[in-house]
Amino acid sequence: MNLSVKLPGLNLKNPVMPASGCFAFGKEFAQFYDLSKLGAVIMKAATKEQRFGNGTPRVAETASGMLNAIGLQNPGVESIISDEIPFLKNHHLPIIANVAGSTVEEYVEVAERISSYVDAIELNISCPNVKEGGVQFGTDPALAKEVIRHVVDVSVVPVYVKLSPNVTDIVEMALAAEEAGASGLSMINTLTGMRIDPKTRRPVIANGTGGLSGAAIKPISIRMIHQVYQAVTIPIIGMGGIETAEDVLEYLLAGASAVAIGSANFKNPFICKEVIEELPRTLSRYGFSSVEQAIGGAHDEEVETSLLRS
Amino acid sequence: MKNECMTILKHEKVARDTHLLVLEGNLVHDIMDPGQFVHIRIDGFYLRRPVSIADYDPAKETMTLIYKVMGDGTKALTNRRVGEQLDVLGPGGQGFPTSQIHADHALIIGGGIGVPPLYSTAKKLKENGVAVTSILGFRSREDAFLLDEFRALGEVHVTTEDGSLGRSGRVTDALPCVKKDYQHYLSCGPTVMLKAVADHLPDKEGYLSMEERMGCGIGACFACVVESKDEKGYKRICCDGPVFKAEEVVLS
Repeated sequence: MNLSVKLPGLNLKNPVMPASGCFAFGKEFAQFYDLSKLGAVIMKAATKEQRFGNGTPRVAETASGMLNAIGLQNPGVESIISDEIPFLKNHHLPIIANVAGSTVEEYVEVAERISSYVDAIELNISCPNVKEGGVQFGTDPALAKEVIRHVVDVSVVPVYVKLSPNVTDIVEMALAAEEAGASGLSMINTLTGMRIDPKTRRPVIANGTGGLSGAAIKPISIRMIHQVYQAVTIPIIGMGGIETAEDVLEYLLAGASAVAIGSANFKNPFICKEVIEELPRTLSRYGFSSVEQAIGGAHDEEVETSLLRS
Repeated sequence: MKNECMTILKHEKVARDTHLLVLEGNLVHDIMDPGQFVHIRIDGFYLRRPVSIADYDPAKETMTLIYKVMGDGTKALTNRRVGEQLDVLGPGGQGFPTSQIHADHALIIGGGIGVPPLYSTAKKLKENGVAVTSILGFRSREDAFLLDEFRALGEVHVTTEDGSLGRSGRVTDALPCVKKDYQHYLSCGPTVMLKAVADHLPDKEGYLSMEERMGCGIGACFACVVESKDEKGYKRICCDGPVFKAEEVVLS
């Protein structure tokens, strides 16, 4: 079974990677399995200076998922380059740097600094948990274009733009990213949510709102990728609630060329490895002999369905 | 750290909303120090539940957990029966460094569901020749547990908020009853209690075990952080802790 996928800047031996923020910089998971089994790794977000993030509690469980508001806690781009990337390099796998910021200038500085150390950038214009920057760039097509253009200009590696689902029209944002020079899309970031504790009458999470992730959001992500796949020509890395190889196949069929597994790493630290091992059997069960064959598979009958609609 | 399906050997209620669970499995051999925890998966719930290890016996490959029903997840856990398997990740974090405590006398201060990890801690200290005095605080008589077990290890002072058992008040109200010759205190309980304890005992060497809502429980998600006084500025409770030196962390 051929699991490999070739994307801008990324030669993936398989299409499965841990999602940003759910895997830190790999060290904690390396005690459970050999990280070189992964298709790639997306590092935790990097900002220019170190960030301490939000108050606690930062997580809360929900039905089939969880809310988080970590607040982009990270040691800053310089420390990531000197202390974290060398460890991942030892595992010989493509490294994707998630780049965040509060201003266009910060995004540009971080991307410029880190791009030569990694294989691709995932531009995080969709974090719902920080007061400045983040999702404001990800919900306004004009602002998104501006920051993407500047980052694409300074980056020596392809830029994948991580889209926020907290928008009215995801296709509009995807098209804006494509027009601004993105090499690919990464979708979706978390959905803004809230839980309230009846005892305290206050939100459970210190930040008030948090980003909803987990199985609960998978249908939303699948729908958005299905829509965006038809509108753009750049590849999509799909994420949101993946827990099984069958979930991966669903993402491929919707139009994702690769996938990232996020919160499920918290339940089961072996999840990425297990899904990669299961994927060949799942693909062949549904009649596929490679990953590439499955990509966009849900769109094959588009002509017939459109005929029915006319 | 391991991920293992452990067998439930015993599961019983020991106080109001408080249950004791004895699990058997290989993972017990990996326990380094008392005060470490395990992260338990409960069917139908998205996140694991961190539970401190109250006692462990590598020879029998068993460990004892005592947990409190705090919500739907821990409530569902109470339905698991003897003989069934439980998906356990652990042991996690850094426990109480009992082997480094060379003293004649140490003080244990536990509040509510913070009491369990202090039991094996007190046992280890006693094994190492350290006399142990314990202050155990509970909301009420119905919430109290492990009292006889602690009494078997040394002097015990009990406090309850409603005065239904022992001294009325908080754990810090019992401090004047304890002979002052201890150099170390080891404490676990709600953060407000830990802060009060640390504030009352500035001249002693203190170890505090903290609790917080956790995500991964292995240090990757940064959900359970506490502000620290080092240059990094924070500690992860699940892997740098849950036990910290009192002066390491900023309690609020």
